[in-house]
Amino acid sequence: MKSLMKYCVKYSKDIEISKEKTMTYQIGYAACGTALLILIWFLGGSYLFSQPGYEQFNGFLPIPTLKALFKLIVDIGFWSSVYASIKRVTLGIMIAFVLGLPFGLLTGFYKRLNLLTHTSVQFLRMISPISWMPIALLVFDSFESAICFLITIATIWPIILTIANGVSRVNVQWIKMAQNQGANDFQLLLFIILPASIPYILNSLRLAVGIAWIILVPAEFLGISSGLGYIINDARDTMEYDRLMAIVIAIGIIGFILDGVIQLVQLSLNWIWIEWD
Amino acid sequence: MTIHMKDVSKRYTLPKGKELLVLEGIDLEIRHGDFVIILGQSGCGKSTLLNLLAGFQFPSTGNILINNKPICGPDPSIAFLFQRPSLLPWLTVEENVAFGCKIRGDTHKLAYRVTQFIEMVGLSGFEKVHPPKLSVGMAYRVSLARALIGHPQIFLLDEPLVSLDTFMRNRLQEELINIWLSEYFTAIFVTHDIDEAVLLGTKVVVLGGRPSRIRGIFDIQLPYPRKPTDESFFHTRTSLLKELKASFIENHFI
Repeated sequence: MKSLMKYCVKYSKDIEISKEKTMTYQIGYAACGTALLILIWFLGGSYLFSQPGYEQFNGFLPIPTLKALFKLIVDIGFWSSVYASIKRVTLGIMIAFVLGLPFGLLTGFYKRLNLLTHTSVQFLRMISPISWMPIALLVFDSFESAICFLITIATIWPIILTIANGVSRVNVQWIKMAQNQGANDFQLLLFIILPASIPYILNSLRLAVGIAWIILVPAEFLGISSGLGYIINDARDTMEYDRLMAIVIAIGIIGFILDGVIQLVQLSLNWIWIEWD
Repeated sequence: MTIHMKDVSKRYTLPKGKELLVLEGIDLEIRHGDFVIILGQSGCGKSTLLNLLAGFQFPSTGNILINNKPICGPDPSIAFLFQRPSLLPWLTVEENVAFGCKIRGDTHKLAYRVTQFIEMVGLSGFEKVHPPKLSVGMAYRVSLARALIGHPQIFLLDEPLVSLDTFMRNRLQEELINIWLSEYFTAIFVTHDIDEAVLLGTKVVVLGGRPSRIRGIFDIQLPYPRKPTDESFFHTRTSLLKELKASFIENHFI
């Protein structure tokens, strides 16, 4: 017991020290972690694909994949696929945001509206977006709008719920103050609730990008002839396993960058008022 | 503006269907220009009384008339100063002061009035600063300017100075009295501090008990500015304490 206490005390000090360390310290750790991941990939892959009958999958190993990745970077076809995919994600999230922002603000603000819609939203949220796929294909003429619909329906629920949650956390004193100054509900929403919820709105967008990026690839399996999901399928059909693996890695990297960009916006704006009163 | 409270009570419904009676049988008449102190222990319903006057809540029985009209919700002519400054951190000092006026569409010579009120609370030069960069005392001054720029008839203050240090508190008390003397509004100031009550009020209303009732109303006829070091201040304070004790014993409350 005593030694445990000692350990805790020592450990808590370690945390304090690591807080004071600079950016390079964090980046160093991140680089080590990444290197470890590649090592596991290399060792695991080498073992697995040295088994009899699996030799043909050698393309999945790090070195062929990295070579294919460099080929991919200079390939204009790949970049047009990236462009097509990001366009779909952006459009889908924009539609979800335009619908979800006012809905989230209103359900967070009016308790009765929240009670009225809460069950429906929770129910719809739990339906896997992929299960809308056949319906989307029946309803929409073009694959393009069907994919857009899938991304919208996948991202609108977290947007609504995160923003509504943010609204319910807005400092009550600010609301009372504005009411005392003569604000009506509309002014309250526009001048207090909306600016005070900006941190949560950014958070909801970050969640939405994460989900949209995951939904995108299976949605692009639908049969469309562009986008990252399509070129993965294409690489499988032509048995270019190194290219297939390189695309998988590229999807990860692009998603990581998209998430990082929003995180950077969140950090750079420094929304002090979450803790401030 | 005169305030009439007639047999006002307030009960809250607690979870499990129980009810809590906070205020009972409050009869009070306040003339225009009074500086009324609501004095009482923590949790005796002082803030509830203020919330009723501000129109944030409504009495369970009885009624509150302001100029013979019942209160039907928050009204800009009844300004409220909260326990915390509650400034909007995304607006600058001058935008915070102008906030209410912009909401009400009261923009006549607004820039001039904002400058004037910022000067009055002694914050000239800080117009473009954002609230998180201000000290607590400065933030109070901003919220004071924001509350007063609309020239309210009634000014409700909910223990506004409790979180300040003694020096800052004394200075703000002095400034508050000066503003009150020049602006001529009715002030209703909630506190649990007897010194503060004697320093500021023309009338002290003592609340106490469960449910809370008015245990005594005392007039203080000292001229301003009052100084805690004066002998007259000391006498008034002592006699108020004695009367307080007497009225509490009378009500079987000690």
